[in-house]
Amino acid sequence: MYTEKVMDHFSNPRNVGEIENADGVGEVGNASCGDIMKIFLKVEDNIIKDVKFKTFGCGAAIATSSMVTEMAIGKTLDEAMELTNAAVADALDGLPANKMHCSNLAADALHEAIKNYKEKQGAG
Amino acid sequence: MKQIYMDYNATTPLRPEVLEAMLPFYREHFGNPSSVHWAGRMVSGAVEKAREQVARLINASPAEIVFTSCGSEGDNLALKGTVEALKDKGNHIITTAVEHPAVLNTCEFLEKNGCEVTYLPVDAEGMIDLAQLEAAITEKTILISAMWGNNETGTIFPIKEIGAIARKYKVRFHTDAVQAVGKLPVDVQKAGVDLLVISGHKIGAPKGVGAIYIRRGARMVPLIHGGHQERNRRAGTHNVAGIVGLGLACELAGRHLEENAARLKALRDKLERGIVERIPEVKVNGHPTRRLPNTLNVSFAYIEGESLLLNFDMKGVAASSGSACTSGSLEPSHVMGAMGVDIALAHSSTRFSLGPDSSEEDVDYILEILPPIVARLREMSPLYPGNK
Repeated sequence: MYTEKVMDHFSNPRNVGEIENADGVGEVGNASCGDIMKIFLKVEDNIIKDVKFKTFGCGAAIATSSMVTEMAIGKTLDEAMELTNAAVADALDGLPANKMHCSNLAADALHEAIKNYKEKQGAG
Repeated sequence: MKQIYMDYNATTPLRPEVLEAMLPFYREHFGNPSSVHWAGRMVSGAVEKAREQVARLINASPAEIVFTSCGSEGDNLALKGTVEALKDKGNHIITTAVEHPAVLNTCEFLEKNGCEVTYLPVDAEGMIDLAQLEAAITEKTILISAMWGNNETGTIFPIKEIGAIARKYKVRFHTDAVQAVGKLPVDVQKAGVDLLVISGHKIGAPKGVGAIYIRRGARMVPLIHGGHQERNRRAGTHNVAGIVGLGLACELAGRHLEENAARLKALRDKLERGIVERIPEVKVNGHPTRRLPNTLNVSFAYIEGESLLLNFDMKGVAASSGSACTSGSLEPSHVMGAMGVDIALAHSSTRFSLGPDSSEEDVDYILEILPPIVARLREMSPLYPGNK
């Protein structure tokens, strides 16, 4: 059902955890659909220096969360905003069709975290 | 890697002696049992022997057994065949919210075709209320359909009491007994059922064969029209080898049934106790005592079922989940929903169903690997308060 890359990221997820005093936090999904993803960002000079995640969800949800953190680190905020859920799925060599819309929300969570960072900057 | 199968409610392995009994009917005994010549006669006796074996297991008469292709076909025949046969009497069916999709989706189809269906709710333990059942009966009610044992939680309905209510109001009573036959003593006379469905692959027979008990005199319109097989109740050339296998599987299931059930219950209870003792914040779903002896359904708070199953699979354990992700739909188990289980807990429901090959060592192994898997997934979960 899942590609080797999905299973690799599911079995050994990268960047699991929280960042204390994160510069931006984004959360998407809800328990009723079975997936909740929370992304924490550390930003320096407009570049994402660190990303961590917490996910409640299926294999695809955990793997996409893990993959998006790897893809985001080192990118500028604008570059990270251009990351799409489809790109995350491609990087994992694809996801089963029924997972594409229900469990592939990691890029959305990243975008929410970036928006949160920008809001905080604006407020500051 | 160790391989442990804990999904016997999904399907069971073909028993070796059943396979042995079937092989001659693929090799040399190829005749059509409806044929009058030697080749047919050689086979028709085997079909009738199987009919007796199935009937004996549920205390029916052989003439009341009709062979089908599976449990779903039996349920479809019970519901659609009754509605068609009794349409002059009424169009109302009473069923329960926790039936197998073979019943629920058939009811939905019948509703679109003019039937009225009452879906009885269940309580937090998955049990129906008999007073509600009785109150739901109207002059138009022709059928009550209530499963014997639930496939997800194992909750056992009060079949005898439902049968008595059905008799009192002269309403036909169908039970999907796919999960109960071979695990519990099933007696159609004592239970007062009119229609009872059996699936072969749940009891060590092959996939693709089943049976339905139709009480003598109960009018039924067949689902499959064609030849005169099965006394005109189910057309189609017999799946002879499958039927032979089903017959033997029923005979074997009947031997030492209660001892086998007691052994499985002891193992299941050990697994249940071990999980509850070792892992905090778990919820056992289903009735605490009125439950199939082999079935344990547990929700692990803060984690999702498919993730748990994938981790199990990596350790060689095959179990099942009520998680939406594993069912192909996006909704978590309708059974958990009907029981009022919190939606996040419903996503984490995990079913262990034990069978003849389950052992003490299997249970010990699961109890060893489960706590770290749950702990790891909880560490990753934004819902887990321990992380905050």
